[in-house]
Amino acid sequence: MESIGLGTEFVTFSLTPILIGVLAAVACALPGNFLILRKQALIGDAISHVVLPGIVVAFLITGQVTTWPMMIGAAGASLVAVGLITLIRRLGRIEAGAAMGVTFTTLFALGVLLLEQSDTSAVHLDVEHALYGNLESLIWFSGVSWASLADPAALADLPPELVRMAAVAAAITALIILFWRPLKISTFDESFARTLGMNVGLLDLGIITLAAIAAVAAFDAVGSIIVIAMFICPPAAARLMTNRLECQVWWSVLFAALSAVGGYVLAGYGPGWFGSDMSVSAAGMIATLSGLILGVACLFAPHRLRVGASAVA
Amino acid sequence: MALDAVKLVIPEAELELAGMPAMEIRGMTVSYGDKPAVFSVDTVVHAGSMTAIIGPNGAGKSTLLKAALGILPRVSGQVSVFGMPLEKAKAKIAYVPQRASIDWDFPTRVIDVVIMGLYRKLGLLGRIKEQHTTDAKAALERVGMTEFADRQIGQLSGGQQQRVFLARALAQDAELYLLDEPFAGVDAATERAIISVLKTLQAEGKTVVAVHHDLATVTHYFDHVLMLNTRNIADGPVATTFTAEALQDTYGGRLATAQVEQLQLPVA
Amino acid sequence: MSGFYAFLDALFLQANYNATLVAVGAALLGLASGSVGAFLFLRKRALVSDAVAHATLPGIGIAFIVMVAFGGSGRSLAGLLIGSTLTAGLGLFLVDWITQRTRLAEDAAIGAVLSVFFGFGIVLLTLIQTMASGQQAGLEGFLLGSTAGMLFEDALIIAVGGALAVLAVLVLRRPMALVAFDVGYAETLGINTRRVDMAMMGLVMAVTVIGLKIVGLILIVAMLIIPPATARFWTERTEWVIGLAAISGGMAAYLGAAISAAAADLPTGPIIVLVSAAFFGLSLFFAPGRGIVAAILRRRRFQLRVHLRQGLLALAHGEKILEPLTLSVLLRNGFIRADGVATESGRALAAKTLRDEKRWDIARRLHKDDAVASRYDGLTPIEAVLTEDEIAEIDVRLGPPQMVVP
Repeated sequence: MESIGLGTEFVTFSLTPILIGVLAAVACALPGNFLILRKQALIGDAISHVVLPGIVVAFLITGQVTTWPMMIGAAGASLVAVGLITLIRRLGRIEAGAAMGVTFTTLFALGVLLLEQSDTSAVHLDVEHALYGNLESLIWFSGVSWASLADPAALADLPPELVRMAAVAAAITALIILFWRPLKISTFDESFARTLGMNVGLLDLGIITLAAIAAVAAFDAVGSIIVIAMFICPPAAARLMTNRLECQVWWSVLFAALSAVGGYVLAGYGPGWFGSDMSVSAAGMIATLSGLILGVACLFAPHRLRVGASAVA
Repeated sequence: MALDAVKLVIPEAELELAGMPAMEIRGMTVSYGDKPAVFSVDTVVHAGSMTAIIGPNGAGKSTLLKAALGILPRVSGQVSVFGMPLEKAKAKIAYVPQRASIDWDFPTRVIDVVIMGLYRKLGLLGRIKEQHTTDAKAALERVGMTEFADRQIGQLSGGQQQRVFLARALAQDAELYLLDEPFAGVDAATERAIISVLKTLQAEGKTVVAVHHDLATVTHYFDHVLMLNTRNIADGPVATTFTAEALQDTYGGRLATAQVEQLQLPVA
Repeated sequence: MSGFYAFLDALFLQANYNATLVAVGAALLGLASGSVGAFLFLRKRALVSDAVAHATLPGIGIAFIVMVAFGGSGRSLAGLLIGSTLTAGLGLFLVDWITQRTRLAEDAAIGAVLSVFFGFGIVLLTLIQTMASGQQAGLEGFLLGSTAGMLFEDALIIAVGGALAVLAVLVLRRPMALVAFDVGYAETLGINTRRVDMAMMGLVMAVTVIGLKIVGLILIVAMLIIPPATARFWTERTEWVIGLAAISGGMAAYLGAAISAAAADLPTGPIIVLVSAAFFGLSLFFAPGRGIVAAILRRRRFQLRVHLRQGLLALAHGEKILEPLTLSVLLRNGFIRADGVATESGRALAAKTLRDEKRWDIARRLHKDDAVASRYDGLTPIEAVLTEDEIAEIDVRLGPPQMVVP
């Protein structure tokens, strides 16, 4: 199908999916660092599950599969989920893990039921799509060669997913840089943050909202598997590489990008190396590769073990 | 005329603080569920004092401190700091939490933790300048932790971790220092280092409040005491408040008479 | 209307043989998953089951490929379930290994395992789709479950598996409850807690694998998590949590299967989950004691009690009352007038409250044992703790009651 090489076909078929994959992975990994340190890794899991009901409801209301209503629907569903989880935890006094489990399975079940009940046969909206996305199909028809990168007409024809994902990744990066200090301080020592006058509750909600935005923007292109994997695997592996948050974030970006590029290439070209002309799910392969990176980090990374007084406490 | 002349000499900031209690708590009740941990506490922390909060386990000492700082919600009560509502006075407060409440596995170095104390000066995006690093290092120097500046915080002993937190509070350059069990689980050298820093703070005119466990050292370390057991049993200068009778009222049967006698307190 | 009759048919096992078997199998599965989930819930490890469930997917893919390689059709449910058990076990092992051997916390380990195994599973499914025999493998059915066109043997496997799991829970319930309640104590009783934990996780895997065909791997965790969370609202006792979780899990699964049999576009898995969630929602709001409505009412009553008591004490001491809520509580009870001056009844009760405080002061000195002294919380009247004789003794020291002057 595709041959290895960085020629014309690469620009048309692989350049934009790889870029979108990298942007999506990085956009998820950035807030993922804070989710991991706040012991909220599974909020990422919960959010990516409730994206489905969000887009289905948006579809039922607007009657069409267009980007903005679905993004808003998914973001709304994430916030509803976070609200329900907090309600069940605080007022129902149910442990966080169980509260998340109850919430996201219920909303996901609701999404599947609504999908079955509504007539979506005419539009491309199904569970599989939400799970593994369609990274491979985000090709750049006008990108006929590397020269197209300098051609305004061809650039105008870039898949809208790429533009959207780039905008979201840039916004997330900017927000994390802007609120770096409050995020770091409140994650490390919540009481201290309160005495500094920080609104800890708002910061909490803020980081979850960032995660939700990343998940919503990414899932359409790459599906929810990548979203969960990128929230967790690159930051987790990065934590084992360093004892400084600043460095951890850089490592996580590197691992996320590496998983995205490597996973896409392996999925598209890998089977070819074994003489087969098929290709496998890029989303699945990206998640798999991020897991392999984490596995190697668990075995060999310099700071993989708990040490010092914290190990005893 | 003479009065006006005096007023002119005193800097405005000090005039503002003069005679004001550092912290005033009125009718504060805090509860976990349906049982008040702290009930209807009124107390005043005098500016420039060094005050111990003592009481048996579960008496609500840490709870009182956290609620007074707005870390825990209160059922009722009002707090003012240097005559201002708590929200407006946060810049004047430095808080040292209990060591156990922190995730020591967090990826950060000693110096970074101290720089967190400069947050109010740095703001969201302010660049960390030479001066800030110098201030942070000076704070570390005061607690004798300079050589550990680049260590990850999890790699320190309990006493060293406590000193780092004190250094962070010093970097905040506050007027009122609130410490939650600063001597719990620390070595003797750390205890000496911490108390010497606190005494220096007091000499500089700052106010220090600490939740304290060791009754034997109360008279040596502190000049004021708040004796707490769900409510305010007694508060005031150590010399007149920290009596055998008040201790019995605070600790009830948990304190053997022999222990009280060992403290060699004046009988009220 | 026909849908309703179909529902009744299914409910009373009058539907076709397979639908009946599915309903019975689902009910057994619900019983087993509810009670197994209760142990997980009490151990605060509910979401470990999510990792286990997602980790079944590569096993299904591998089992299919292996069965095809040996010349089979690859569609034998038993074979697929064996494969899924193997990778689920590996996933479970990795969650524990990462948590114990690295500095990463369990939530990160769970998230990593579930997403990576699931991702790899998807890779295998796309691989199978390109295989000649894989075009109609129908393995996607395992994602969300599919009872339509289920074979009789498949339904039988589910029913028998569910029954065996229920049986295993009955046999192991006592040691598992002890471990779930207090690991340290269970150790002192000579229970091998490691082995009990492994048995518990084994049951989690078994329930997950059995439920794959009906509910699917994404939603099976709901059957393990929602019923125990529901049960928790109704009882404070371990055995009851387990029992109620089994009952609500079984009922939700049975009702859900019956409802979904009533119409074509009601998928079994999601319906079961939603019925279970409805039980949960009702409990969350309306359970006496732990329910939200009861909790809010209790919190409000408590707050009013605190303010009333503090207000009365302030009246007794002649202090100025600043807090608006305190003032409004006193006013509403007729203890002060609108201008803030205490009424006669207010003065009387203030005197009584002050006397209670003073009695407590002396009681704490007299009763140095913790049992009495530690009962003081500012709200409990002394009559609730001491006998009349003891109070009389206190009153001798206290002197006659004092009036509160207006």
